[in-house]
Amino acid sequence: MQLDLARIQFAFTTINHFFFVPVTIGLAFLTALLQTAWHRSGRDEYLRLTRFFGTLLVINIAIGVVTGLVQEFEFGMNWGAWSRLVGNIFGAPLAMEGLAAFFLESTFLGLWLFGWGRLPRRVHLLTIWAVSAGSLLSAAFILAANSWMQHPVGYTMVNGKPVLNDIWAVFTNPVFVWGYAKVVLASLTTGAVVMLAVSAWQLRHGGDRGVFTRSARLALVVLVPAILFTMLVGDELGVIEARYQPMKIAAAEAQWTTCQPCSFSLFQIGGGNNDQTPTQIIAIPHLLSLLATNSWNGKVVGMTPLQQQYSKQYGPGNYVPNVFIQYWGMRVMAYLAVLVLLIGLWGLWLVRRRAVATSRVFLWVAVWGAVLPFLMNTAGWFLTESGRQPWIVQGIMLTKNGISPTVSVTWLWTSLIGFILLYGTLGTVDLLLMLRYSRKQLPAPRAGADVDTPLPAVQY
Amino acid sequence: MGNLIPFWFIVIAVLWTGFFVLEGFDFGVGMLHGAVGQDDAGRRAAINTIGPLWDGNEVWLIVAGAAMFAAFPGWYATMFSGLYLALALLLASLIIRGVAFEYRGKHDAARWRHTWDGLLTAGSLLAPLLIGVGLGDLLHGLPIDSSQNYTGSFWDLLQPYGLFTGVTLVLVCALHGATYLCLKTTGTMRESSWLLARRVAPAAGAFVIGFIIWTHVTAGRGFFLNLIELLAILAVLAAGWLVYEHRDGFAFAATTVTIASCIVSIFVDLYPNVMVSSTSPAYNLTVHNTASAPYSLKAMTVVVIIFLPLVLAYQAWTYYVFRRRVSRDQFVQGPPPTVPPQAAGPPSPVPGAPEPTVTPPGRSPA
Repeated sequence: MQLDLARIQFAFTTINHFFFVPVTIGLAFLTALLQTAWHRSGRDEYLRLTRFFGTLLVINIAIGVVTGLVQEFEFGMNWGAWSRLVGNIFGAPLAMEGLAAFFLESTFLGLWLFGWGRLPRRVHLLTIWAVSAGSLLSAAFILAANSWMQHPVGYTMVNGKPVLNDIWAVFTNPVFVWGYAKVVLASLTTGAVVMLAVSAWQLRHGGDRGVFTRSARLALVVLVPAILFTMLVGDELGVIEARYQPMKIAAAEAQWTTCQPCSFSLFQIGGGNNDQTPTQIIAIPHLLSLLATNSWNGKVVGMTPLQQQYSKQYGPGNYVPNVFIQYWGMRVMAYLAVLVLLIGLWGLWLVRRRAVATSRVFLWVAVWGAVLPFLMNTAGWFLTESGRQPWIVQGIMLTKNGISPTVSVTWLWTSLIGFILLYGTLGTVDLLLMLRYSRKQLPAPRAGADVDTPLPAVQY
Repeated sequence: MGNLIPFWFIVIAVLWTGFFVLEGFDFGVGMLHGAVGQDDAGRRAAINTIGPLWDGNEVWLIVAGAAMFAAFPGWYATMFSGLYLALALLLASLIIRGVAFEYRGKHDAARWRHTWDGLLTAGSLLAPLLIGVGLGDLLHGLPIDSSQNYTGSFWDLLQPYGLFTGVTLVLVCALHGATYLCLKTTGTMRESSWLLARRVAPAAGAFVIGFIIWTHVTAGRGFFLNLIELLAILAVLAAGWLVYEHRDGFAFAATTVTIASCIVSIFVDLYPNVMVSSTSPAYNLTVHNTASAPYSLKAMTVVVIIFLPLVLAYQAWTYYVFRRRVSRDQFVQGPPPTVPPQAAGPPSPVPGAPEPTVTPPGRSPA
């Protein structure tokens, strides 16, 4: 019971946190691009866009920061035994994240927000880039920590306890390198889709056409390569995970027996941990071999032989993750990525034809497309985190042994319900504010005589 | 590189102290903004004195927590799982407080603002209270068994000494916030901040003296106060006197020393323990039985030596950039006053000069 509650709580708070993180990473970068465009061209449109999207960024960062605080505390609150065991490894990148990234991001956000007109323009431009760098860095440190749990490296076992002996190995872990690239690209995708959706809404509802066509174009130009590379990097990450966490990948295809070459099914009916013979629909030959091994005839070991191998290696137990989550997590992520790519290509084609501001069908699709990257990211994390189960640290500690032994069910229920109510309320408020501000008019252009006056600082 | 364990204990004490010195006045401003700002413009002005700063200040807490996790995993695990519900409550108050800053000005309705004002005050009051209870419990002792697990209930956390520590920190933060507001506001707001500081000072002084004596007795280290404890008492007395003398700058310096020495004295009296076990002194958590592996400490030492000075430098720069006073007039609604045209580029502020009164276009509720 404790285990389930602790897992539900962590999953709930993490999923919610990761709604805000990719928007922050993506929008901070895009806002920095907009401000750079203003800095270089001096065109008022870019300034207005910077201020407009900057406001959305700030609303979003506020809740990203406070939900991130919850994550850090939860490690110790809910996963005491795990913290004790791996703190000397997992804690190191976490502390570095705070020192090198959070300080940078938060301090410079304040400088950027309130520094309009107070800082020289060039310095002020640097502050938004510092915010963007901080958000990118923080993702790097936390993913290095997470990747260590997927594929532990750079340690030796001393009295049954992993002890760090090579910090560089932690930061050159292939799971980290590729996983980080994927998260950054997926975040850019998310930010670009949000920017596109807001621009599309404005274009549909009489917003300034000249200005929002620009932001739609910028969003599309970033979006298409970002989602394309997300998919390519994701493919390579799959190959790496198949090497270190073969169970995760076998479960993602509901592959119980070893196959060579292996086909990839588009859908299946049934399936799950108790149904080893689901009806698979439209199997594409060789595709799984390609995805999991990068070779036409690659071999993928099935879950049954892996289960036998792990039982022998780690003692009796069930080492198969939730197959339903793996199978559909993989597909929801991949299919939504394709959908996002198609929307992006459609948009680019319209941009070429100078019709992006007038195609009402596209604008409608682009507005609703805002939901897609969030579902895609969440599905991806389900695939990654649920696929590691029953391990909390692959091969070193089982999730059930990682919980805080003396935290009671009452405490867990109290905090879980509290977090759900709090996140539910604040999430709703945040969404309403984001929508309100997305629909607001642009800040007015400045009259010719005003252009040289310092901009007013933004205030609470 | 020698033994890094004491060094990391010092780093953690420094991070907690930094957090309270900086976020302390943020908490204080949060508690007092309703009393200092008589109307909405005043309250906004009060909040904007910490507007660009509070977020960076709060990171000190995040880093303190993460540093405990990395350098003393056993301490982090026992403290965070033991203080479970108190920390959940702390998180809730920090979350509510954080979004209150951001959201209160985003919708122009009296009830909306009132709600967020109330939440901001409550969150700013609860947070130092809860952290104080937690820090006090470290020294007072909690039921901890031989495998370093907390075995008590939620109510066991509410020790009289812990609660007293919490109330002391609330009062010191309030005083610290009031002296900060004296430095950062103008006109009637400055006067009412001063009056508030005068009103809080006696209580804060009494509680700090009580807290220091209680801490000294709890730690049980001889009859005479140590230097840090003496410093705390002298600083709070000086702060009271300077407040009455209306020496704003020195008063703020004195409250800074007060809050810093209160936190440091907890850590000094704790060492080499990090959590006292009330079950048996043999089960005390110490820096040695909770510390990380030497290699991890070494790696992080390199990082902290590079980054902490850097952080201090750019945070100090932030304080320099936003050194000017915030005036209530900036937030009075009405037709936006015209900005006198002047050349672009860095403004050349004269210290104490009034700011150009402007209404922000992007975020103004009008």
